[in-house]
Amino acid sequence: MVEKADQVFVLLQHWLISFLPAVLQPAAAVLLGVIAIVCVFPGLFALTTIFERKGLGRIQNRLGPNRVGPFGLFQPVADGIKALIKEDIVPTSANPAVHFLAPVILVVAVFMGFAVLPMGRNMVLVDMDAGLLFFFAMGASTELSVFMAGWSSRNKYSLLGAMRAVAQMISYEIILLLSSVAVVMTAGSLSLPKIVAAQNQYSYGLPHWYIFTPWGLAAFVMYAIAATAETNRSPFDLPEGESELVAGYHTEYSGFKFALFFLGEYLAMFSISGLGTTLFLGGWTAPLSVLAWIPSWIWFFGKVMISIFVFIWMRGTLPRLRQDQLMNFAWKFVLPFTLLDLLVTAFWRFMGEGWLRWVVSTAILAGAYVFMGRVGMYKEHFGSRTYRYAE
Amino acid sequence: MGITFYLIAAITLAGALAAMTLKHLVHAALAVTVAFAGLALFFLNLDAQFAGFAQILIYIGAVAILVVFAILLTRGSDLPKDGVFSHTWFVGFAIAAGIFAVLGWAVLASAKALPSESAVPAVTVHDIGVVLMGRYVLPLEIVALLLTAATIGAVIVALHEKERAR
Amino acid sequence: MASVSPLTAYLVVAALLFSIGLAGALVRRNAIMVLIGIELMLNAANLNFVAFWRYSPHPEALTGMMFAIFSIAVAAAEAAVGLGLVIAIYRHTQTTDLDKMNRMKG
Repeated sequence: MVEKADQVFVLLQHWLISFLPAVLQPAAAVLLGVIAIVCVFPGLFALTTIFERKGLGRIQNRLGPNRVGPFGLFQPVADGIKALIKEDIVPTSANPAVHFLAPVILVVAVFMGFAVLPMGRNMVLVDMDAGLLFFFAMGASTELSVFMAGWSSRNKYSLLGAMRAVAQMISYEIILLLSSVAVVMTAGSLSLPKIVAAQNQYSYGLPHWYIFTPWGLAAFVMYAIAATAETNRSPFDLPEGESELVAGYHTEYSGFKFALFFLGEYLAMFSISGLGTTLFLGGWTAPLSVLAWIPSWIWFFGKVMISIFVFIWMRGTLPRLRQDQLMNFAWKFVLPFTLLDLLVTAFWRFMGEGWLRWVVSTAILAGAYVFMGRVGMYKEHFGSRTYRYAE
Repeated sequence: MGITFYLIAAITLAGALAAMTLKHLVHAALAVTVAFAGLALFFLNLDAQFAGFAQILIYIGAVAILVVFAILLTRGSDLPKDGVFSHTWFVGFAIAAGIFAVLGWAVLASAKALPSESAVPAVTVHDIGVVLMGRYVLPLEIVALLLTAATIGAVIVALHEKERAR
Repeated sequence: MASVSPLTAYLVVAALLFSIGLAGALVRRNAIMVLIGIELMLNAANLNFVAFWRYSPHPEALTGMMFAIFSIAVAAAEAAVGLGLVIAIYRHTQTTDLDKMNRMKG
């Protein structure tokens, strides 16, 4: 019974394709998976928009949208109808072909990334040998669409926003890749289902997730920072900062194309959170071995939604970083720390089981963090903290 | 030859031709990106998955963006006034056509000596890793040194002249 | 052309791509377009290597694919340095037109 609940979608897929002749069955199986992904993730996107607006509202001490439906839950429907019936304005001096293609390429590249995520036991669309590399290749393709959007609008603010966004995405992409390499070194494979299987062991009831190791925690924190920067979320959202650049590289987009950009950004958030949970949080495995009876896909989506909640929380609480602060942070602090983390991962791997490797890894990482922080802050002169309250 | 081969060949060659003949530089850069994508599809068709994904990651994710940034930084987005081809265009085309004729003749004349069908090689990323760290470790280290030198060199070459004149 | 083997087809496409890149590098006026032509030529050579690797008698030796991967890495480095040079020259002479750069005097 537990096993059936866990594999309910796989069994459903097998039952549906049993109606077709044997020669069409593999193609139909993949097609069903694609339809499932294309329906589930935009549905989650709609849920997340209302989640975000209510969440941000509560953090900012106000109610979010509460007019449409009970507690405002039908707001995404209203937003969708608005986006679809709005007039599609294209500036006269804009480049029409490139202007049209930019959101399309963004959404297509982001959807391709979902193909390699294992969303449950036996629930990965394509089990590629180099799955992680495929995911990062699709992520790299999104940068080009951002540039196309900014350049084709013939607007100085759009172009500026696009160039800033691309520079930021390239810098943090390196950090994303290097922090994933630490996981690949330990798991021994680039294939995402195998990485999840390597974390699917329990000792004393606690799982072998990589986040529970010193190098894994450091790598996860850097992955999270890089993921926030890659999807242009606050506190790294200067390229689309509403108060600085109007709307950055999607200033000149309206109606359905703007909705596509919005969809692309949230889907990129889902896909990068999905990869983060697969690499560090154990994918579809349960946190305690006693809880393994809950279906695996509930664990996967639960962890992804918790990551989305952390993204929304960061957006509501942290101030925006300036472009040069953001680039300095990436190149001068996070990147050397990532390389050090690779070294520590190698020590961990070759030192053998026992308490010694925990002590050595934690000491190296904590010592380097404190040292590099002190060196970086050496020139800053901070006065004592003062508080001013609103009267 | 299956339909996929012809389709990918059409995409790649169309992109390359468009890149070399378009007047507007940014359009040409986007066309050459299409050509790069077509080549990645060729690699995937040839069962070289690692090379295909590396091609997408490096060429489309980095080289195409570099080219586009360079076009913007050199004000290339305005249309050129004097035309697209240089004044010695005829000789250039003749040389390229001659080289294609020689290469094509060489390939077709030796077609009988080339192997025709062979089994799909079962190459895993693990094998690539073993070979990189085993037989090809010296080229790997030299490429690492080369990339470091190229990074430092590119930064120095493109450094703003005002700071160096001080 | 039904008797053409797959390898021959790949080699012909690679030769065509190479000559298109060569034509672009020899004929275009803008320095950046010349660099794009060079990238196309490198890509054509990579296609050649991978096609020969695929249809070789010992593909498990991975020689062709390794050469192509190293070539991709080197091409990226060379594109970076080349474009840096073009930007530096533009700063000095305010033009990227190769027809105008016909003097050695800087």
